[in-house]
Order: sequence, then C-alpha cells, then structure tokens
Amino acid sequence: MKEKIFEIISAAIEELNEELEYEELENVTVDTPIFGGETGIDSLSLVSLVVEVEGNVNDAFDANVTLADEKAMSSRNSPYRNVGSFVDFIVAKLGDDA
Amino acid sequence: MPTMVITGTRKGIGRYLAEHYVAKGYKVVGCSRSPVDFELERYQHYELDVADEKAVGKMVRSVMREHGQIDILLNNAGIASMNHFLLTPLSTVERIFQTNFFGTFLFCREVGKAMAKKKYGRIVNFATVAAPLKLEGEAAYAASKAAVANLTQLIAKELAEFNITVNAVGPTPVATDLIRGVSDDKIDDLINTQSIKRMGEYRDISNVTDFLIQPESDFVTGQVIYLGGVS
Repeated sequence: MKEKIFEIISAAIEELNEELEYEELENVTVDTPIFGGETGIDSLSLVSLVVEVEGNVNDAFDANVTLADEKAMSSRNSPYRNVGSFVDFIVAKLGDDA
Repeated sequence: MPTMVITGTRKGIGRYLAEHYVAKGYKVVGCSRSPVDFELERYQHYELDVADEKAVGKMVRSVMREHGQIDILLNNAGIASMNHFLLTPLSTVERIFQTNFFGTFLFCREVGKAMAKKKYGRIVNFATVAAPLKLEGEAAYAASKAAVANLTQLIAKELAEFNITVNAVGPTPVATDLIRGVSDDKIDDLINTQSIKRMGEYRDISNVTDFLIQPESDFVTGQVIYLGGVS
C-alpha cells in the first residue's frame, strides 16, 4: 500500500513540477521536502497537490478519504512536510476509512 | 451543457431551481435527506444529509466519475426554526448550523476541490434577509446564515486563484415550507421593512442565480445579493 501511495504522490509532484521547475522536487524520494521548510512549495501549490493526490488515492483504493488536517499549514507538524510524512498520513487516513 | 449540483431539491426553492435549470438544458444533480417524488430528464438524485462529511465526499466523487466535472454549485439546502432566543434549545441551534452552515461548508469544500482541478467554477450560497434585518425570533437561523455570508466572502478570496467565483443570494420570505410556521402578521411586518414590499417569488431567486452562474460573471465574486431592497 505504501509503495502505491508513494507512486501517486511522486507522480503528482512530478506533474506539479513541470510548471514549478524546482530542483529539489526532481527525483522524488521519501525525504523530498514538500511544504513548510526552507525549500518546498507555496500554499497554493500545496492545495493543488493535495487535491490531486486525494482524488487519485480514492480512485486507486476505492476509498472515501478527505486529506484535510488541522495542522496542514503548520511548518513543524504539517503532514505534508515531506513525502514520507505525507505517505504515513494517507496510510492512517485509509486505516480510519476501512 | 454544464453540470450543476443543487442541494435540498426535494421541495421549495431547491425543487424549483432543479426544474428551472433542467429546462435550460443543464445536467442537474440534486440531493436531499429523503427521496424525491418527481422525475426530470437529465436530473439525478442522491439521498444524503448535507452535514454528513463522508456522504458528501462520496457523492461529489461519484458525480465527478460520471460527469467528469461540476461547473456550478447551488447550496440551497436549509432549515429554519422560529423561537424566542431565551427559549431556544441548544439542540435546535446545532441542527440548524449542521444543515445551513456545515452543509454549505462541506459542499463548498468538496465541490471546490473538483472545481479547482478544472480551474473553473461558480458557487452560489444561500443567505437570508433575516440576518441583515436582525429579525427577532430567528436568532439561530439568522446567525447560521450570517456565517454562510461570511464564509462566502472569505472563500471567494481563497478560491479566486482557481477561477472559482463564490457569491450568495439572500432571499426575502418566499411561500415555502420554511416559513410555514410563521404568522401572517410577522411576515407582513417583515415585508414592510423591505424597500419593495411584496413576498419573494421563485423567479426572483433564479434571476440572481442566472446572473451569478453565467460565464461572463467571472469578475463578480464575494457578493451577497439581498432581494427586495434589503441591505
């Protein structure tokens, strides 16, 4: 499951980066920073990314999860701070949905 | 033709709007807690509680799978309850906020995500003249709709970058079940506070929604348009 989620996030980041062209978003790994640190994307790009990933996760797992989170905009605790934390966040959400 | 989602289509203004836009050729997807007793061409119905987060997400995803897009959202579903503030149970306030505010919030969020992906959308929420008129006996209802008006103006800013406009229409009393329990005297008093002193009609509402949802209205957002000259 984690691999599939990683693939979905990775593909969405690659698509987003076709516009952004950020060097740190090339060759996505679990450590790739997404939001809140020195590097990473702005809040508008984050919203687009999360919306894209949410739709694809729901399609892939025939699920009904909403990737909304109180800490979304927190630089320290955001589940979107890097690819690894985003994967874990989705795994937990899918667990709640099951 | 554009695809439109309208909440609360079982009766009253919602049903009228479903018929109005089906007649104009739109594909209309409606919803209500219980089934509808009408059938329309190009109309599809979902049974759900608009305050049920899971159900709303599921419906929007299902509409997207079938139609590929949602161009327009009319957040019509609403309930009211008339009572003196000092005699209003908290459970009534919760029920009113659930449908009027949480329901509007959830549909704006879920349909907003679908619209953001397509970089196009028109959202019209439903306010009421009871809020600006500070109508006595309508504390819970007016407060829930004041929250809707503020949500409308605020998310209009956040969604502008996605080419989504968010506006609201604020009807005066219209002869529907919503005001069934309100006395004629009370309605007359209310109508006398309007600049134009008559009951609202269904067409008054669709006249405003027609304008707000047209593609040419892409420079109109964050507006709450009250009917009857109330401001």
